[in-house]
Amino acid sequence: MVSLRVKIGKLNLKNPVILSSGTFSQDLKYFLDLEKLGAVVTKTITLRPQAGNPPPRTCETASGLLNSIGLENPGLDVFLKKELPSLLKLKTPLIISIGTFDNLKELVILAKELERIKGVSGLELNISCPNMKRKKLISQDSHLTYKVIKEVRQATTKTLIAKLSPNVTDITEIASSAQKAEADALSLINTILAMAVNIDNRKPKLATITGGLSGPAIKPIALRMVWQVYQKVNIPIIGMGGIMEAKDAIEFILCGATAVGIGTANLIYPDLSLEIIKGIKDYLIKSRIKDINKLVGSLKV
Amino acid sequence: MIQVKAKLIYNKKIKNNYFCCALFVEKLAYSAYPGQFLQIKIDNGYTPFLRRPFSIHRLKGKNIEILYEVVGKGTEILSKKKPGEYLDVIGPLGNGFNLNIPYSVAGISILVGGGIGVAPLLFLAERLVHNRQSKVHRGPCVLIGAKNKRELLCEKEFQDLGCEVRISTDDGSKGFKGKVTDLLKVFLQKTNQRQGRMIYACGPRPMLKEIAVISQKYSIPAEVCLEEHMACGIGVCLGCVVNTKRGYKRVCKDGPVFKTEEIIW
Ligand SMILES: Cc1cc2nc3c(=O)[nH]c(=O)nc-3n(C[C@H](O)[C@H](O)[C@H](O)COP(=O)(O)OP(=O)(O)OC[C@H]3O[C@@H](n4cnc5c(N)ncnc54)[C@H](O)[C@@H]3O)c2cc1C
Ligand SMILES: Cc1cc2nc3c(=O)[nH]c(=O)nc-3n(C[C@H](O)[C@H](O)[C@H](O)COP(=O)(O)O)c2cc1C
Repeated sequence: MVSLRVKIGKLNLKNPVILSSGTFSQDLKYFLDLEKLGAVVTKTITLRPQAGNPPPRTCETASGLLNSIGLENPGLDVFLKKELPSLLKLKTPLIISIGTFDNLKELVILAKELERIKGVSGLELNISCPNMKRKKLISQDSHLTYKVIKEVRQATTKTLIAKLSPNVTDITEIASSAQKAEADALSLINTILAMAVNIDNRKPKLATITGGLSGPAIKPIALRMVWQVYQKVNIPIIGMGGIMEAKDAIEFILCGATAVGIGTANLIYPDLSLEIIKGIKDYLIKSRIKDINKLVGSLKV
Repeated sequence: MIQVKAKLIYNKKIKNNYFCCALFVEKLAYSAYPGQFLQIKIDNGYTPFLRRPFSIHRLKGKNIEILYEVVGKGTEILSKKKPGEYLDVIGPLGNGFNLNIPYSVAGISILVGGGIGVAPLLFLAERLVHNRQSKVHRGPCVLIGAKNKRELLCEKEFQDLGCEVRISTDDGSKGFKGKVTDLLKVFLQKTNQRQGRMIYACGPRPMLKEIAVISQKYSIPAEVCLEEHMACGIGVCLGCVVNTKRGYKRVCKDGPVFKTEEIIW
């Protein structure tokens, strides 16, 4: 028997496969047994409801998806009343993603409100969504990253994961700040700021002009960032960006990811995460590795 | 909504850039409803990367027929698929047309299709004809619009169902010369306007916007099947929204069929 168990902060996951924020909803239960997953992360919520960006919000690019959803969400109150109760029935560890458009104090309020709810296993701090009106993202500034995480840290005893943006010159600097502020883990990477153009009408393909790129197109960049960060910090990394099969997930683990996030792939093959779990297990068996943790960061360089 | 590997039974060119294919999807066909659609992974691999949405054109036994126009790389690849090949299909998806209009409401159902927009209307017409309770209730009337005579779709199929069919072409090469919405106006003026009990429409956005105006003017309720760029098609990603009086709604999950009065055009 091989062990797929990994630890992220206080969380014990039965396997390292997590469904990423914005690409998981309870409707996926029609396609797969959600209880087989390591964990799920909900769509980012903000304190107040957000309408999101005008359409078109998505567009396909070479091996990728460009989106500008703009954090559409019903806000904390409606989330707590309407969505959380059924999420809490899942036996899978539940990570709630929280974010803010302009007010950093809101993150603290969100963290405090969620602290009271027993079934919530962890918080993911989305300080990296590129589809916001803020000129600069929190995770594009290492001092601000430190300050925000530190404040939220004081508001919660739950596992706190900082989700970082790849749209920075040196990801390791931001990752180090997050570690110093006592984040329990890092999620790498959020989408990459990008755009697409329609030459027939000379318009951008997204209403917001720019959006966030995800999918296999960004995987090499995500791998590089996970590898760089792994050298610098010692908190666990949840690696993501373009994972479409078990092989991709294993690449992230070799580069230093303790767990992996499946995002865009869920939107195409809603049951894919289960195949990935199986594929990782098969790889361990084939490689005669008993414990997945031995694989983490074992890239031969 | 389920995910299946569907065998391609046939895939044939109808005319110009229009193709019709049939997928063997027994489990899925059983619960399908007019106005619903399928999300099809046209090819394994990353080109095209996302699934592509297609309306259910009609049910033929355990097969679902899709009527499609080649407009880009995905539909181009689809048009080259051979019978016997398998496609990964999710469906049936979305909310279809409302067929439960009480027969106490007088008048006929009017179906208006522009271009490839006729695709979901054939399935709808079949159900409307099937549900007709007696000869007293007339079958639906179908208005089909096309650029020209050569681009006209499904005329015979609707006639075979016993529908009254009216044609419009932009260049006047067949039927009424002009837009199908202008034909609809003429139709409603000529016949007693109270004859319409429901308008069902699918086609390009400007056409559907015009349908909303007509619906209001003649006080006939209308439902339209919308298109928006879709990523997942199953309600997860919030990518395909349309602005409505109750805020942004997902075309894939809350639609694709909406009442015209709900939409902010
Ligand atoms: C609910 C729904 C039902 C549909 N039913 C039918 C149908 O029955 N028959 C049919 O021929 N077409 C239908 N369409 C449109 C069809 O999905 C697109 O034509 C198809 O996705 C184009 O793919 P492509 O790769 O060939 O084109 P691309 O190269 O991707 O793009 C070509 C054109 O298609 C548009 N397009 C691309 N992807 C989508 C998408 N996901 N949704 C809408 N437009 C898109 C692009 O804006 C562009 O103008 C439907 C769309 C929706 C949303
Ligand atoms: C449609 C869509 C919506 C997303 N929404 C969120 C979100 O609300 N919060 C967040 O932290 N990340 C969000 N993401 C980013 C993903 O969680 C993930 O970090 C990114 O897409 C890279 O992984 P992937 O290539 O596997 O998709 C979203 C991504 C997509 C494609």
